[in-house]
Amino acid sequence: MTSLILAEHDNNTLADSTARTITAALQLGNSVEVLVAGDGCAKAADAAAQISGVAAVLKVDDPLYAHPVAEAVAALILSIASRYDAVLAPATSTGKAILPRVAAVLDVPQISEITRILDADTFERPIYAGSVVQTVKAPAGTKVITVRPSAFAAAAAGANAPVVVTPAGPDPGLTRFVGETVSQSTRPELTTAKTVISAGRGVGSKDNFDVLLRIADKLKAAVGASRAAVDIGLTANDCQIGQTGKVVASDLYIAVGISGAIQHISGMKDSRIIVAINKDEDAPIFKIADYGLVADLSPVLQEIDLELARRGYA
Amino acid sequence: MKVIVTVKRVVDYNAKVRIKADGSGVDRSNLKMSMNPFDEIAVEEAIRLKEKGKADEIVVVSIGPSEAADTIRTALAMGVDRGILVRCDGEVESLAVAKILKSICVAEQPGLVITGKQAIDDDAGQTGPMLAALLGWAQATRVYRLDVSDRTARVERETDTGLETIDVCLPAVVTTDLRLNEPRFASLPSIMKARKKPIEEKTAADLGVDTTPRVTVLGVKEPATRAAGIKVESVAELLDKLQQAEVI
Ligand SMILES: Cc1cc2nc3c(=O)[nH]c(=O)nc-3n(C[C@H](O)[C@H](O)[C@H](O)COP(=O)(O)OP(=O)(O)OC[C@H]3O[C@@H](n4cnc5c(N)ncnc54)[C@H](O)[C@@H]3O)c2cc1C
Ligand SMILES: Nc1ncnc2c1ncn2[C@@H]1O[C@H](COP(=O)(O)O)[C@@H](O)[C@H]1O
Repeated sequence: MTSLILAEHDNNTLADSTARTITAALQLGNSVEVLVAGDGCAKAADAAAQISGVAAVLKVDDPLYAHPVAEAVAALILSIASRYDAVLAPATSTGKAILPRVAAVLDVPQISEITRILDADTFERPIYAGSVVQTVKAPAGTKVITVRPSAFAAAAAGANAPVVVTPAGPDPGLTRFVGETVSQSTRPELTTAKTVISAGRGVGSKDNFDVLLRIADKLKAAVGASRAAVDIGLTANDCQIGQTGKVVASDLYIAVGISGAIQHISGMKDSRIIVAINKDEDAPIFKIADYGLVADLSPVLQEIDLELARRGYA
Repeated sequence: MKVIVTVKRVVDYNAKVRIKADGSGVDRSNLKMSMNPFDEIAVEEAIRLKEKGKADEIVVVSIGPSEAADTIRTALAMGVDRGILVRCDGEVESLAVAKILKSICVAEQPGLVITGKQAIDDDAGQTGPMLAALLGWAQATRVYRLDVSDRTARVERETDTGLETIDVCLPAVVTTDLRLNEPRFASLPSIMKARKKPIEEKTAADLGVDTTPRVTVLGVKEPATRAAGIKVESVAELLDKLQQAEVI
């Protein structure tokens, strides 16, 4: 049984979600091959070849894949899919757009966002915003699976697999990339950060948010947000955590001014230690918080910032 | 241009689902059911296209039990022109939904299909891209802004790193994200008017689609619960605890 993994990368570095998806694929008990489609993607392909457990890397280096346009990447995967028993991708905005196209053309159902592998056909996945965990058995045929990266550890480096130059697939010519606005941040990447501090509607003002950012820098934390905080413009959409945003499983998650709606909790409840700061002692977030502080967040944020400085966090 | 929007009847996002005693599935009895929130956004976007003169007819499709007609009525009250109900009892997987929608698209020839990015019950997020692939059409998922011209649409989509702008050839399938628009409430007169709008009923068999589930659900369970935590009295106490736990 051989699996194909769609790598996520920026041509130079491989996203951590790829190494996590490789871990999942190895649990299927398979031989694992990684598809790196890009434009000038030699470095990313080499990085994939070094991940232990990878048997081969297919490098498809072509301007067609300068951006991961769903129609083109799906067509590429379909051009080689018959060689594989399973096709996997991380459940990212890219993987989620591409893989259902592959599944539909192969006429197999997709198993979305698995969080656990019980055997080669049986998986756990969250439904109803993570309030229920479903165990499903995939039918015979090619398995098409998206993998929730936060649920699997990243496979380590330590191999030296061959990089096989592979021709581009057809160009469906349906979609043209025009441009992108990439959020610039010097902070750690949200989904793999050890510490995440998240702002909710309660943070309210830019002033409070600025203090929160200072705390994030002292703790080397990534900054997340609830939907409400994104909606009021405190921060960018790619910071949203939850059912329809990103999923994190950090060592420390600090929720500031977040009420704890199920749609938010579903994106952070697997964090190891959860801290909640909220003035409403009945806020649902306290039901899942290891440490709760019932207080007005405005002076509390200031105090945390000062106290961290006093304790030597720069 | 004709626009098709899809609406799924789901457990309301505010309702707390329970697991059946035998663990075989989710107990939906006595729970409030609503239109999938992403589909409300899809309906709203279609109506705005019509108001801007970009669309001349909007057709809403729902696949589900007879009660899904209520969900269609809601869309009609918001301003959709007519409805198609494909009667199916039990779970219909995204792939079967996509096949049913494909068959409807072949008959209706829309210029644009708007679906939700995901249904909040199965959290599958598959139907839109599957439909686009089955039709050989362009797609744009997680749409944040939509601007339709004659033969193409310019779309801004939410990605994990920010926003991306793409041009898609029409016909296309787009899937809505939360910030695309704020859906309207139907006014009383439009609710009354919606009662007279037509809903055509079909079955999956009429459309030649087998809806037998292909994925076997072996069971459902509650996620692992977290142990109860404590309240701290001060910032100093909080930071002490975090230092003791070696997470800061
Ligand atoms: C289909 C769908 C999908 C969704 N997906 C997501 C998702 O992915 N992620 C997500 O986060 N949400 C999502 N939501 C929205 C979700 O239901 C909640 O509305 C949202 O999480 C609320 O954000 P919040 O906690 O910041 O705001 P609120 O619920 O308004 O809570 C604000 C909190 O701040 C506290 N507060 C206010 N002022 C202060 C102060 N001065 N000091 C201390 N505390 C204060 C209040 O007590 C309150 O608890 C989704 C909703 C739907 C319908
Ligand atoms: N039974 C259904 N009837 C109508 N539309 C549906 C149905 N199932 C899914 N859809 C549409 O497809 C979107 C994504 O659903 P899913 O792939 O199940 O997450 C939903 O937001 C709906 O717009």
